[in-house]
Amino acid sequence: MKRLIGFVVLLCVIAMTCTVFAESTPETVGASNGQVVNTSKVDTGDTAWVLISTALVMLMTPGLALFYGGMVRRKNVLGTIMQSFITIAIISVQWILFGYSLSFGPDINGIIGGLDWIGLKGVGLSPNPDYAATVPHIAFMIYQAMFAVITPALIAGAFAERMKFSAFLVFTILWSTLVYDPVAHWVWGTGGWLKKMGTLDFAGGIVVHITSGISALAAALFIGRRKGYMREPMQPHNLPMTVLGAGLLWFGWFGFNAGSTLSAGGLSAMTFVVTHTAAVSATLIWVIIEWLHRGKPTMFGTVTGAIAGLATITPASGFVGPMPALVIGLFAGGVCYTALNIKGKFGYDDSLDAFGVHGVGGTLGTIAVGFFAEKLINPSGSDGLFFGNPNQLYIQGISIISVAVYSFLATLILFKLIDLVIGIRVSEEDEIAGLDISQHEESGYTL
Amino acid sequence: MKKIEAIIKPFKLDEVKDALHEMGVQGMTVTEVKGFGRQKGHIEVYRGTEFEVKFIPKIKIEIVVPDALAEKAIATIIEKAKTEKIGDGKIFVTTIEEVIRIRTGEKGDAAI
Repeated sequence: MKRLIGFVVLLCVIAMTCTVFAESTPETVGASNGQVVNTSKVDTGDTAWVLISTALVMLMTPGLALFYGGMVRRKNVLGTIMQSFITIAIISVQWILFGYSLSFGPDINGIIGGLDWIGLKGVGLSPNPDYAATVPHIAFMIYQAMFAVITPALIAGAFAERMKFSAFLVFTILWSTLVYDPVAHWVWGTGGWLKKMGTLDFAGGIVVHITSGISALAAALFIGRRKGYMREPMQPHNLPMTVLGAGLLWFGWFGFNAGSTLSAGGLSAMTFVVTHTAAVSATLIWVIIEWLHRGKPTMFGTVTGAIAGLATITPASGFVGPMPALVIGLFAGGVCYTALNIKGKFGYDDSLDAFGVHGVGGTLGTIAVGFFAEKLINPSGSDGLFFGNPNQLYIQGISIISVAVYSFLATLILFKLIDLVIGIRVSEEDEIAGLDISQHEESGYTL
Repeated sequence: MKKIEAIIKPFKLDEVKDALHEMGVQGMTVTEVKGFGRQKGHIEVYRGTEFEVKFIPKIKIEIVVPDALAEKAIATIIEKAKTEKIGDGKIFVTTIEEVIRIRTGEKGDAAI
């Protein structure tokens, strides 16, 4: 407890120092580079779209909180919502202080960004043409911050209902710094080794969904099953809450994918349509398969299908047309449905299917890019196998394997270290009482 | 005086209540309960994970009637609550020693 308070105080001090630091940056940057700060290249339409998209993506994390919150038992509703919500605060601070610099800062050997932009030093009002030539660099930074926020929150689905809050905080900061930031640099950072190799990940199939989904699998394997798993019923306590969360995620996903064009125009419109198309085709196929297989179409299955479609189309969204998106959605629904239905046979407890939906969907979508990518849709992308370039599929495969292996091992090591130092799992007594009371001394419902 | 406790299917409550009221039963206590009998539970599937729901929701009604009315009340409940499918429920009958109306202090049949 003392350790935690000390940590928070430390963070505040750092934050304050760096704010002072950052306030003086726009002028100093312009002066030190011998350039005049020139904002005339900024396109107002593009900037407006990126800022709106930033807000849309921000809303996805509270959406995820409700999506997950409804799936757990009532004694864990606040603890689960808290894990998503607090991530907005922790990772935003981490991102501003050093996360953004590690991800997008000047390249060091293709592995990581340098510390040059620490505390947002040099990240100002004029655009950085490496990333977005028509929007202020600071807007690109905050847009990317929202991606960094939601990614560790996704992992929480794997260890829901049994992780210590203190351990969760430490894990989230370390994971974001040691897994998310480097992988974001590899795939999206100028000079990143996967980017140089030609990896295509439009809006985060690799960076967001594979890192979090594979880490979720490692986390679920390490922390073990919930007490009573497979012996007592653990039905979702409030599915309408889950549906509301899914709606917010879907809404925010337009910012996630269509905002990733970093411009307002033809490509953002196409990405928007492609995103929606995959979401609806995955939803429909999920309902049909479930109806045939289990006898009844469920609301829970319907929203799961939608999220599977959205996660799967994410890496492909800016590279494919609507018809391929329809097909990708069908695969997303079919493959993720199968993954969830065979989960029980493996015996691990990925409680809210962070791996089954995001890990599987992200991988599927990243492979799909290798088949369906089309330069006609996005000239800065590449052609996939179906358009005469089988090499893209190979590149996508290498990227998936490297990022998956790195995420899996790094998460296992982090869990082991945190378990040794402060313990990762709540006590049995606390688990039975629920996270709401044991971790936060409050209850979601009084009736 | 007899106390009649009947565990019935929830959707039969209104019919049973109206029929009992018509034959002269003046009050009842109703509780939402869960339990199992020979019907056992049922399976619910969430995202492919099967949960056996061991307790099924039922309604328990409790009425207290003069001895003369007991058989008729039981027959009424059976008639109205029966679907002839498994899970129709059970009726338990016990003898009541005393009934007292709190407001007036009346006792016995007059207090029912």
